[in-house]
Amino acid sequence: MGISNIIFILIFAAAVLLFAKHVKFIVRNIKLGKDIDRSDRKDERLKLMIKVALGQSKMVKRPIAGILHIIVYVGFVIINLEVLEIIIDGIFGTHRVFSFLGPVYNGLIGSFEVLAILVALACLIFLIRRNILKIPRFHKPEMKGWPYTDANLILIFEILLMSAFLLMDAADYNLQQRGVDHYVKAGAYPVSVFLAPLLSGMSDSALIMFERGMWWFHIVGILGFLNYLPYSKHFHIILAFPNVYYSKLDPKGKLDNLESVKKEVELMMDPNADPFAAPAEPQGEPERFGAKDVFDLNWVQLMNAYSCTECGRCTSACPANITGKKLSPRKIMMDTRDRLEEVGKNIDSNGGEFKDDGKSLLRDYISEEEVLACTTCNACTEECPVNIDPVSIIIDLRRYLIMEESKAPQEWTMMLTNIENNGAPWQFSQADRLNWKNEA
Amino acid sequence: MTDVLKVPTMAEMMAAGDKPEVLFWVGCAGSFDDRAKKITRAFVKILNATGVKFAVLGTEESCTGDPAKRAGNEFTFQMQAMGNIQVLNAYEVKKIVTTCPHCFNTLKNEYPELGGNYEVLHHSQFLQQLIDQGKLAVQGGAFKGKKITFHDPCYLGRGNDVYEAPRDLIEKLDGELVEMKRCKTNGLCCGAGGAQMFKEAEKGNKEINEERTEEALTLTPDIIATGCPFCMTMITDGVKLKEKQDKVNVFDLAELIAQANDL
Ligand code: SF4
Ligand code: SF4
Repeated sequence: MGISNIIFILIFAAAVLLFAKHVKFIVRNIKLGKDIDRSDRKDERLKLMIKVALGQSKMVKRPIAGILHIIVYVGFVIINLEVLEIIIDGIFGTHRVFSFLGPVYNGLIGSFEVLAILVALACLIFLIRRNILKIPRFHKPEMKGWPYTDANLILIFEILLMSAFLLMDAADYNLQQRGVDHYVKAGAYPVSVFLAPLLSGMSDSALIMFERGMWWFHIVGILGFLNYLPYSKHFHIILAFPNVYYSKLDPKGKLDNLESVKKEVELMMDPNADPFAAPAEPQGEPERFGAKDVFDLNWVQLMNAYSCTECGRCTSACPANITGKKLSPRKIMMDTRDRLEEVGKNIDSNGGEFKDDGKSLLRDYISEEEVLACTTCNACTEECPVNIDPVSIIIDLRRYLIMEESKAPQEWTMMLTNIENNGAPWQFSQADRLNWKNEA
Repeated sequence: MTDVLKVPTMAEMMAAGDKPEVLFWVGCAGSFDDRAKKITRAFVKILNATGVKFAVLGTEESCTGDPAKRAGNEFTFQMQAMGNIQVLNAYEVKKIVTTCPHCFNTLKNEYPELGGNYEVLHHSQFLQQLIDQGKLAVQGGAFKGKKITFHDPCYLGRGNDVYEAPRDLIEKLDGELVEMKRCKTNGLCCGAGGAQMFKEAEKGNKEINEERTEEALTLTPDIIATGCPFCMTMITDGVKLKEKQDKVNVFDLAELIAQANDL
């Protein structure tokens, strides 16, 4: 085992450990959420996951972006089979360890190359769409700064990785042709064969250096990419699957009925309840109605936040956003994630306990104005390619505003009073409910 | 043509030892809003003409609680829901039809967990069933050559995946059904849902109903059809804002059918 193998093993192990640590941090953060039972209808969930996450059925609703995305996705997943070989080669000092598979191997690498060039092209088009064509949904206020850079970085990175892979093969091909030791005859591949002449002027040793350089760049790049994921919206390539699996299966129009409220209402409506009886011993802290901070949301909502790809399809379909309101469902998800990250770091730096930082998701991140503007039309949930539900978060924040702080716009207070007093949102008497019958 | 509607209440039916096939849930808009009351009457005319045995709760009906829930007041919602469920269950109601997608959604999806289990239909589905059963035949003549577009109410379409029943009804009218770019799953909200109906919109650069009405008007329709009393208000206001009320009518599906059959 040579020194390069040892270096490889060390880098590889470090990358995997670092990634695992970050994933643990995210999983812990998601588990800060309240419990919600999504263990039902397993078959249906599995089918949905295969269709929406694996099959990307909702992506192609916008065909150009959808098809390009599928290319990048399929390419990315399949080319990563090659990484398996790279890892084995890296650890054991072999070269193209699977080449004994002969034609199968050649077919595989050949198709990887075709995919690689397609992926690189797709990423290039994505870059153009974002930066030159300036598709509006990528330039909303919440996309300023890091989210914008993040998206571009990933695309550039993918192009570099794909180029390294192709150039590596091109150098390899030259070396094979020259019969250089160690470079097993593996044949010509569809893309690199055209790149090979570009490198043919190089000496054997320069070529070997180049080939090794590309090899290292490729694998270290992929390991770096792996560790970049958890900092980025690109974590969705992992979370899209559980996120779709655990998404809401009920009709979109249905909102959950708060259990805590149900208990109180049942007590109030129960004719047999003794109004003078001492209230039942409160069990632990009384539950907050609605959500003020990330702790008040459930874990599916928190996982949603980490799964958001920041694609903005939701926002571009949102009637409030379209008509210039501040509300953007994508921002709701990004804010939830940012706040959750902040809370997670707080917990870690305070020995596992959250230390009150005087902030909350409501107001410090999401304003009342945004919360109140939603029409609950579900255009956002319909659009979201990974079945994220921004409406449920908006409604939970509203519930907190209205029920805990009694902070409703005055017109809503009137509407609510009317419902309570006369059973209609307007000031009409319940006794007049059938008057329409005799009005011509 | 008669304007005397037969609208028995549950209490009357019960007193007579009778039971309806279906309860017509009128809803607050259908009971009190002047424009929506016309929809209610049109639907009842169809029910009367087809001899459907139905009843209403009348003064025993109360708001489903939908706007309270969507405004975030779960207390008021559940109080309303429990009260309504008590009444509905006391009358042993099994099947409900309503002309309001908000009532439809709430009764169908949010009441079961609170003890109210009913088969709930939107009136477009109910009318569709009447046609399928041969009880209702639509005479197309009146709408021949008319361009009709359908605005999907959010709580009917996306909320509950009912896209075809309203369109099948319109097809029966012999008019020309034209679709807006944002239709069916991509339909754009009218701006009323989520209790927005009951307050001013937040600051923006346009009202949602204006955006939606403009889209409908690009098709130069004769009629904008919808199936929700709140969409009705929003789109009607939008048409007025664009000063197109002389050229474009906004009608509910029930009104279209009633007109077609000269009821
Ligand atoms: S449900 Fe609310 S946030 Fe989602 S698209 Fe409609 S208005 Fe926007
Ligand atoms: S919530 Fe869904 S649609 Fe909206 S930006 Fe995130 S991934 Fe895209």
